[in-house]
Amino acid sequence: MAIAVGRMCGAGLLKSSTASSLIQSSSYSTREWTRSRRILLGSLGVLAGGAGALLFALDQSVKASDLDLHSPKNPWSHSGPFSSLDHASIKRGYEVYKQVCAACHSMRFIAYRNLVGVSHTEEEAKAEAEEQMITDGPDELGNMFQRPGKLSDYFPSPYPNEEAARAANNGAFPLILATLYQLVMEVCNKSFTLSVGHIYRKAAFHPLEYLSASEDYIFALLTGYCDPPAGIVLREGQYYNPYFTGGAISMAQALFNEVIEYSDGTPASASQLAKDIATFLKWTAEPEHDDRKKMFIKSIGIFGFLIALTYYMKRMKWSTLKTRKIEFKPRK
Amino acid sequence: MALSSTLYNSIFKRTSTFALACVACAFFFERTFDLGVDTLFNKINEGKLWRDIKPSEEQ
Ligand code: HEC
Repeated sequence: MAIAVGRMCGAGLLKSSTASSLIQSSSYSTREWTRSRRILLGSLGVLAGGAGALLFALDQSVKASDLDLHSPKNPWSHSGPFSSLDHASIKRGYEVYKQVCAACHSMRFIAYRNLVGVSHTEEEAKAEAEEQMITDGPDELGNMFQRPGKLSDYFPSPYPNEEAARAANNGAFPLILATLYQLVMEVCNKSFTLSVGHIYRKAAFHPLEYLSASEDYIFALLTGYCDPPAGIVLREGQYYNPYFTGGAISMAQALFNEVIEYSDGTPASASQLAKDIATFLKWTAEPEHDDRKKMFIKSIGIFGFLIALTYYMKRMKWSTLKTRKIEFKPRK
Repeated sequence: MALSSTLYNSIFKRTSTFALACVACAFFFERTFDLGVDTLFNKINEGKLWRDIKPSEEQ
């Protein structure tokens, strides 16, 4: 390549002066350092490496001590480095959310307009919004009133506040799904900065749980209900789920075969429902998912070019040093 | 050499034309590169994207 470029541009590109290369290369050399400097920098490096290894070991030991059933890894169609979300699945997941989960969980960081161009056309999203009655106001008399939803409205919450939600759910709080899921994915996701304060409050409940979970966890949790093993006593209103920390969860099994009907005719088995809602939640947590992966392809292209360029420049700069000849002439 | 010297004399020699050439190249590069990446991405993810499930316009 160097020869071809050299031919095209004349010898000018290829020439590099010996003096500048020598100066450049000497700044990478440790030969001229004093002894104490070498010892100082060496021990600093060892210390930093040791601290990193210690932190890593501590993190591993925390993982080893937790007694939950870990959710199995599933081959999601979006898990490849270039793979987009399955938008047909997002649309079905929205249907599951609306008809099942929305009875208890709110999702107040997603607005109907967000669905446009992702899973619904503008008309469809408008129709979805108009189905809901939204509390608005106050009007000129100071009263709140109900009106059909608009594209700009956020998904309505089933309960007016956290206390009402707890009261209706045996003291447990049905988390705001987008918030929860976002936590599940990574502690703070830029697309929902609004909710960061909220997340930290929730994270204090079961931090491990949240930080180590993903769409695999959602899927496992929703399909993992079973009878409690002998010796486990559940309180009134609790159910057994091995994937939930402690096993006793206040959310009843929500997904059963054919509990809803999909508008696209997909057979609504419990695992299909769980897969679709997990994909939908993945989207709500990372609406930028597809763009990010496209950007990854772009950066491979650009950086690939830059790496080739850098390699060429390195070869050129070092050519004077590499072709140097050192001769030893013993004194006669 | 003819091509490279005409290129040098007409574009690279003057800062004004050189800067203009940079802008023009950036414009065309960006357009084609984006188009290429979009096509590739749509090809890799054929069947999963919104454009694949969008109801057709005639309806
Ligand atoms: C009957 C009301 C109800 C319905 C319907 C419901 N949930 Fe829940 N959900 C709850 C409650 C209550 C909790 C809190 C459980 C606890 O802390 O013990 C919860 C907790 C959760 C959690 C958090 C589990 C954890 O690790 O802390 C997830 C995830 C979840 N629900 C997802 C869903 C999804 C997805 C749906 C729709 C398919 C759904 N839920 C439907 C009431 C409900």
